[in-house]
Amino acid sequence: MKPDKEKIDNGRRSFIGAAAGVSAAVVAPGVVLHTVDATAAPRTEPVTDLHRWGMLIDTSKCADGCSACVSACDRENGLNLQSKPLGDDPLKWDNQRAVWIRKVKLQDNTTGRITNLPLMCQHCENPPCVDVCPTGASFKRADGLVLVDRHTCIGCRYCMMACPYKARSFIHEKVDQKLTRAPRGKGCVESCTLCVHRLDEGDISTACADACNAEGHQAIVFGDLNDPDGPLRQALRQVPSRQIRQDLGLNTGVRYSGI
Amino acid sequence: MKRIVYREWRLEPARYWGLLAILLSVIAIGGMAALYMEHEGHWVTGMTNSVVWGVPHVFAVFLILAASGALNVASIGTVFDNAAYKPLGRLSGLLAAGLLVGGLLVLVLDLGRPDRLQVAMTTYNFSSIFAWNIFLYSGFLAVTIAYLWTMAERKGNKFMKPVGTFAFLWRLALTTGTGSIFGFLVGREAYDTAILAPMFVVMSFAYGLAVYMLVLFYSFDADDRPIGPVMLKRLKNLLGLFVSAVLYFTLVYHLTKLYGAKNLDVETFILVTGGIYTAIFWVGWVLIGGLVPLGIIYHPVLGQERNWIAAAAGLVIAGGLAAMYVVIIGSQAYPLEMFPGKTVLEFGAPGDVGGAVAPYSPSFPEILLGFGGVGVGLLITAVGIRVLQFLPESLTDRDVAPAAGAASA
Repeated sequence: MKPDKEKIDNGRRSFIGAAAGVSAAVVAPGVVLHTVDATAAPRTEPVTDLHRWGMLIDTSKCADGCSACVSACDRENGLNLQSKPLGDDPLKWDNQRAVWIRKVKLQDNTTGRITNLPLMCQHCENPPCVDVCPTGASFKRADGLVLVDRHTCIGCRYCMMACPYKARSFIHEKVDQKLTRAPRGKGCVESCTLCVHRLDEGDISTACADACNAEGHQAIVFGDLNDPDGPLRQALRQVPSRQIRQDLGLNTGVRYSGI
Repeated sequence: MKRIVYREWRLEPARYWGLLAILLSVIAIGGMAALYMEHEGHWVTGMTNSVVWGVPHVFAVFLILAASGALNVASIGTVFDNAAYKPLGRLSGLLAAGLLVGGLLVLVLDLGRPDRLQVAMTTYNFSSIFAWNIFLYSGFLAVTIAYLWTMAERKGNKFMKPVGTFAFLWRLALTTGTGSIFGFLVGREAYDTAILAPMFVVMSFAYGLAVYMLVLFYSFDADDRPIGPVMLKRLKNLLGLFVSAVLYFTLVYHLTKLYGAKNLDVETFILVTGGIYTAIFWVGWVLIGGLVPLGIIYHPVLGQERNWIAAAAGLVIAGGLAAMYVVIIGSQAYPLEMFPGKTVLEFGAPGDVGGAVAPYSPSFPEILLGFGGVGVGLLITAVGIRVLQFLPESLTDRDVAPAAGAASA
């Protein structure tokens, strides 16, 4: 039962007032910082589907023993800053650290022919990881990039179960060092972004393709699948190519020749 | 038919508080394990980028299956009008709710970001089975509580049949959804089949009933309530039927996979060459969880004895955990087949195991978290039957639907 008249508790009022003031003082700098961030961003237009970014990987040019693309990706996205947590088993850690791109070496069972290729997120048109994500953190951008929103990823790892390419990594450890262009944090899933930070600044390139070119192999052609006269479409016209697990009908953005 | 009398669980206080203390310690240890994993990150577990779901998922999925299965006992009474099962209904609903809460807690605490539960509850992607399951799970709790109310409150009795039928349909949807989490993963050879959904439904019947029987036997023994031989025989025969059905679905699941040449490799892995997974499949899933309990249940002498029947139920539970281990972990350990007709010589460096079977050994915190979930389920049940009238006074043949009992005996 409520008493008829409650006495006004002035102490309580002043406490609430003070608490509100302190909260505002704490929150305000954050708000200001966010505003500065927003204005500093170069892109003001939303991404459109005029472009669809993709790649052609010519496995005949991919050199055995070369891992320039892998190291370049690690440097570009700060994955080289990862370190084994103290006390973890080294073999287990090799399988726990984040890998966005990996070198795969195959041998044909009948002919014995050896094939080398880099494997990363295939940026599917119909990505299974996006279908299964409960919160929509795993999403496909209008320009075909399949990305993870690190603010809504709850770390359920269902996308990793669904990905047919083993392209995704879960961040198993505390992240001490990271790059501003590729923020990462414990407990979320991540994968190749096709160097989205470059694309958003108008730089049409990826670290892996640049590194491959610098080595003189030119096995990776990056470009716009929607541009009929662009370098990617020209390259795709010249050599026969296919998708890994083409049977799944995912229409990948990354295509391979010679497999 | 005699009126069923329900009474609170009249265990001596010392024993009751002792039981609660044990359960609370199991929960506390599980909670600390979860905090440790959350604080350090998942590197302290056995999970890797290859085996992304570990022992917590084994426990969580088992508990969720057992929860929906435990509600079946009530459904048989309400939906299928089998009067002999009516007195078992209230415990059935309570146990179902308890096990589901336990399973969900394990699932949530194993997330990479359990602190973002609010995001999971407010941001949905409706093409995800997982998102659907969030509704199926929370809805199940609500429906079960409503169902319990119709069973316990005289004013609600008239709604019992429609609410019970709705709860039955809901639980079928829930287990179908749980099976589909795996069945719809088209990229993985061991999954990608619709039969996983009905197989999970049948598994839930068996595991839920096994858990129910153990809880019923223990709680009845503890304050000297009688269970008649007819009731015992009914429950045991039903368990036998469900366990046989699990074996049947297991057979069809593997036959389906074996028929397609593209799945021969993964089948060879699970059934023949998979080492620990092959052993757990044959010894755990088939033998301990299937053939041995069936042998006990249908044995002319052992099948009459309460303790042996309880042992059979225990074995079904152990076999169920084994089955979950094979389905969840075995299927991930097997490498993704991306290049048919080719052998993967290297798959990234250093040490990545993409082309080979992924190693996984469960860590202590994972196992403790799993048991913590079991503890939560049992604690809810233990408190529920103590403070509310969930348990019938007696399940002797005279008290339980004598006509129905005589007809089937």
